[in-house]
Amino acid sequence: MAILIDEKTKVIIQGITGREAVTFTRGMLDYGTKVVAGVTPDKEGQKIYGVPVYNCVKTALKNHKANTSIVSVPPRFAKDATFEAIDAGIKLINVFTERIPRADVIEMIAFAKQREARIVGPNSLGMISPGKIKLGSIGGPVDECNKAFTPGNVAVLSRSGGMLVETCSQLSLNGIGQSIAINIGGDPIIGSTFYELLPLLEKDLQTKVIVLFCEPGTVQEEITAKFVKEASYTKPIVVFIAGSFVDNMQGMRFGHAAVIVHGEMGSTKVKARIMREAGIRVVDYHSQIVTEVRKILKEIS
Amino acid sequence: MVAARLRACEEVICERGKQENIKKQGEEMRLYEFEAKNIFASYGIPLPQGKIITTPKEAKKVAEEIGKEVALKAQVLVTGRGKLGGVKFASIPEKAESTASKMLKARIKGYSVEQILIEEKLVIEQELYLGATYDEVAKKRIMICSSMGGMDINEVSQKHPEKIFKVLIDPFIGFQPYQAKELSYTLGLPPKMSKTIQSIILNVWEIFIKFDATLTEINPLGLTKEGKLIICDAHIEIEDDALFRQKKRLEGFGINEREDKARPPTEFEIKAAEIDRADYRGVAGRVTEFGGNLGLLIGAGGGSLTTFDAVLNHGGKPANYCEVGGNAPVRKIYNLTKLILTKQNVKGLAVITNVYSNSRVDFIARGVIKAMVELGIDPKRYPILFRSAGAFEKDGYAILRKYGVEYYGRETPMDEAARLAVEMMKKRE
Repeated sequence: MAILIDEKTKVIIQGITGREAVTFTRGMLDYGTKVVAGVTPDKEGQKIYGVPVYNCVKTALKNHKANTSIVSVPPRFAKDATFEAIDAGIKLINVFTERIPRADVIEMIAFAKQREARIVGPNSLGMISPGKIKLGSIGGPVDECNKAFTPGNVAVLSRSGGMLVETCSQLSLNGIGQSIAINIGGDPIIGSTFYELLPLLEKDLQTKVIVLFCEPGTVQEEITAKFVKEASYTKPIVVFIAGSFVDNMQGMRFGHAAVIVHGEMGSTKVKARIMREAGIRVVDYHSQIVTEVRKILKEIS
Repeated sequence: MVAARLRACEEVICERGKQENIKKQGEEMRLYEFEAKNIFASYGIPLPQGKIITTPKEAKKVAEEIGKEVALKAQVLVTGRGKLGGVKFASIPEKAESTASKMLKARIKGYSVEQILIEEKLVIEQELYLGATYDEVAKKRIMICSSMGGMDINEVSQKHPEKIFKVLIDPFIGFQPYQAKELSYTLGLPPKMSKTIQSIILNVWEIFIKFDATLTEINPLGLTKEGKLIICDAHIEIEDDALFRQKKRLEGFGINEREDKARPPTEFEIKAAEIDRADYRGVAGRVTEFGGNLGLLIGAGGGSLTTFDAVLNHGGKPANYCEVGGNAPVRKIYNLTKLILTKQNVKGLAVITNVYSNSRVDFIARGVIKAMVELGIDPKRYPILFRSAGAFEKDGYAILRKYGVEYYGRETPMDEAARLAVEMMKKRE
């Protein structure tokens, strides 16, 4: 196992009858993911590609064992769906829903913490442990997915779903496989940040190198750098930060609120500087991720 | 270098103030000062005597009603309007009229001034700060107060961190009266004012929660010579993603949903937004106009940021930014491509996206080719480059081959494709 998911993971999908969910259910089943049940109110008795649908999470869990849930419901129901999963004892909830109000997100995260559950997302495209399991539409249909993702020793965490696939695709093309690839979600407040996943990756035997795909805004990268420095993090980290042009745009606000609380952070320039100071290898072009990872793999083998 | 190039690109677009449409996650709708004040007033917090006006005549009338020196405050969603001529004073009604007349013709960072808030000029002894917002790192709400109000709170937190007091709020317990009490005593006000300030602090919290705000601020809260607390300026930002459950409440205050950009959109951007709105499926929008000659059809989100950076770093001059993804239908791609190709000064096109999970490469190719053919563009003479990969890529490449468009797949990194696009433009110059 890398982290969070492996071939034994059993998954339920909340909102399985939705248009997008139906598509990624097919993709997940084809990839070999154990999707044991789906949940949509008033749709109990239906089947989606053979996966039975229930009205409630608890009924689904009465009939099937599962430890992981995907939440793919409209924004106004996302908090309730997440609460339902946590209350039923699910320990990993991957929230795909975009545009959930912040007020709801902090409650979802607080309840998860109380019950020792983990949220990945919201606004996540999913995650994949190549050759074992994938959650969500990440990588698309199974043939496409196999082109982009290959098993190996590099963990890739990304704020962007599309660039997670692109990054892994570049690594795979160059013969470098991945232990786990996670789209942590693009929102300002998310359940699992870079710095909250790094401790798990440090303990993971399969992972040798970590790649982070970063974007402007929030102070996640800054806090990550601080964590890496203070914890004397042992595994090499390669970072690419997209959107540096945004720094130079006049009148750009990186969220007034964040600045009040955390000071002048959020620009890519500051992120790159602080991360470099922490010993993280920040590359200037996306294609240099491959070069840098290859160099590190050579050094440590 | 990049900064200079970007500025050069921007300058061509407009003198109207510049900013971005580029999507930030978690966007918010800023309220005008008078709107925020109306909300605070509904909670019984004292405001200066004043009125909103739209003509110089009204300005004179309101100044007469107030009967003493007044402040004229332009209602624009611009930070630091004071330094940009957005706040003026008038000692007599005639002066208020002439000042309003000038102000209503002015533009502040590109925004026309359509409304002015006229208020009695206050004599303030001390200025305080009260605010509620989100702490992204703690993943909690936070209440902030300071005895140093009136100035930019960021500046205070950097220069006088000891003057700022913060309380993180448990999402399930909420902000409690004892916490308002604790905060109130940090402000050093006389004991007879304790109850008043505590109730104002609790109201800031109440408004923050009730309106799904991302920021609720009174800055400054003024302390008058007579020992009264009064709101001098207020600031509320409502989370866009929560508008679905806030519409009614806001309409009760005469506030309607609106786009909040730091500069007005250009004609090009308005047309692009129309294209994106015409079909709910996928995204082919979030367009920002620049003044360069290389049209960009790029995606998806992180991919657009990556490509745009690479184009600039290699010396290219982008004509626009955009995001294409989520399996946008051919029609959207076609319309956006046509819009970009017919933009003034555009001399070439680069279509560069990341490897797609759920967009079809052939849809992108079809849309681009359709626009190209319709405009009579010959790829032998006109620089066009295509780099995308993912589902249905073979079909996409077949179409591109048929029409003679230079294309690249996943083997070519995105920044390499950007470099090739810039080179292609240089060759034709």
